[in-house]
Amino acid sequence: MTGHDATTYTYLCIGCPLGCRLEVEEDDHGDIIEVRGSSCRKGDRYARQEHTDPRRNVTSTVAISGGIWPRLPVKTNGEIPKDQVLAACEELRRIRVQAPVRMGDVVLDDLLGTGCAVTATRDMPAIDSNSRIRQAASSD
Amino acid sequence: MIDDRPHLLHPKYDVVVAGGGPAGLGAAMAARNAGAERVLVVDREAEAGGILLQCIHSGFGLHHLGEELTGPEYAQRILENALDDGVDVLTNAYLLDIDNDQNLKLLSSDHGVSILDTRATVLAMGARERTRAAIRIPGGRPAGVFTAGAAQRLVNLNGVLPGRRVAILGSGDIGLIMARRLTLEGVEVVGVFELMPHANGLSRNIVQCLHDFDIPLHLSTTVVEVHGRDRISKVTVAPVDDHLKPVLSEAWDVPCDTLLVSVGLIPENELSRELRLRLDPTTSGPIVSSTMETSRDGVFACGNVVHIHDLVDFVSAEAELAGDHAGRFASGIRPPHDNVRLQPGTNVAYCVPHTVTSDQPHTVYLRVRKPLEKSMLRLRDTEGAVVHERRLRYVVPAEMVTLKLRPGVLDGFQSDALQVEVIPR
Repeated sequence: MTGHDATTYTYLCIGCPLGCRLEVEEDDHGDIIEVRGSSCRKGDRYARQEHTDPRRNVTSTVAISGGIWPRLPVKTNGEIPKDQVLAACEELRRIRVQAPVRMGDVVLDDLLGTGCAVTATRDMPAIDSNSRIRQAASSD
Repeated sequence: MIDDRPHLLHPKYDVVVAGGGPAGLGAAMAARNAGAERVLVVDREAEAGGILLQCIHSGFGLHHLGEELTGPEYAQRILENALDDGVDVLTNAYLLDIDNDQNLKLLSSDHGVSILDTRATVLAMGARERTRAAIRIPGGRPAGVFTAGAAQRLVNLNGVLPGRRVAILGSGDIGLIMARRLTLEGVEVVGVFELMPHANGLSRNIVQCLHDFDIPLHLSTTVVEVHGRDRISKVTVAPVDDHLKPVLSEAWDVPCDTLLVSVGLIPENELSRELRLRLDPTTSGPIVSSTMETSRDGVFACGNVVHIHDLVDFVSAEAELAGDHAGRFASGIRPPHDNVRLQPGTNVAYCVPHTVTSDQPHTVYLRVRKPLEKSMLRLRDTEGAVVHERRLRYVVPAEMVTLKLRPGVLDGFQSDALQVEVIPR
């Protein structure tokens, strides 16, 4: 009935590796009429979110001193607006932490005012806690 | 996480696992749970965890652990579980040789050369990347040509950027992930070039790694020449025709200081060849039974050394199966031999495992040759009669198809071979 007024937008779900092809149908007021093509509730939610306010989890690295590797992998503990992802990574490039670090340790409380914290995604032992580890680091 | 406990080597083990990535650690844990007393994992790196340690993005564990983790988190979790389960992990170590009586020759930083005796062995060496040489790109030999995985290691572990302006050949997942990773680190990615008319990575990676950052993906296009003297200065790319032959009259130049090559993985089977295992020419990995046993009794294999997996979750599932049977083998328990061979038919490149039993449930992984929109997976006996069929939504070579064979499916099946095909419906 509203066919001629509706516009269909297509998205590819990134919720899991299945990669469902999602269709969001919108009326001429910009309201969502229907979401098609998802094979789970997550897909439906993703399509609505992506259509109105796209967000992403961010994973990157920060510099670390005194660790067995010079970079510490980190992630946001929630999704931040997609258009802030690049700025967020720029912010992360200004950070340097000190080993040792445990997985889950908070590296930054609030990333660019998004309310998302940034946490370490692995243990990073300090370089001289024992000889075995020193040996590992010296090979790089 | 480096395992920093002191390592004592025993002269005898129930199960020795070659490789400390997700396949090896998973198999070792399963072997312990199946009753193997002494289980040793051997890894050549300073810390176990395998390639997951450099895969800092998330997307791991959704199937196997029920939550989405980053690579380092997944690695740390399974390593901690393995150590808690009493698995011995020896790093900075390399398995040099296995003889017919399962005597292993081991080279390690801690112990020099050691000879160990084991009842069962699990091969979990993973894969290595195909290189520029493997696909013979013409041109000079300037610096700045990397495999995508080597660049990933440089960026994520060593904290070194490979260049400032990067072209990527191949749309495999590692290439796509690196396109995003380098963009996030402030590097300009000028484009991804893919020889085939379809992308080679998971669709979710096309979206979140390329579309999100407006990185162009050029399908049916390849690099035909690398230019530069000391450092790469540009690449020439050209579209290809239906026979994948470059159309040089339509070639154009892409200035860049770095070329990443993401053109697939090859199972790392030096040890398997040493052991003279029967290999599958399509997967380049060992031929395995439904218990993940190779053509040699007591030698099992799992993970990317058998065939390239899309997801670590599938590797972990396969590793559990291999480790469980290796553990049982060490205790003298042998299941009956498989009685049905699986033969890849129309549009199926390979099936793993290569054989199954008709009275047990099995998970069969297969890869199609060509993408299809709506398709049907069909099993036929040697006479051509249809034994089982299942509708599939759409299939692409980049995404493995999983076939769950329930015991009922092969009820009353008398023949010794099954043709597996994926056809349009």
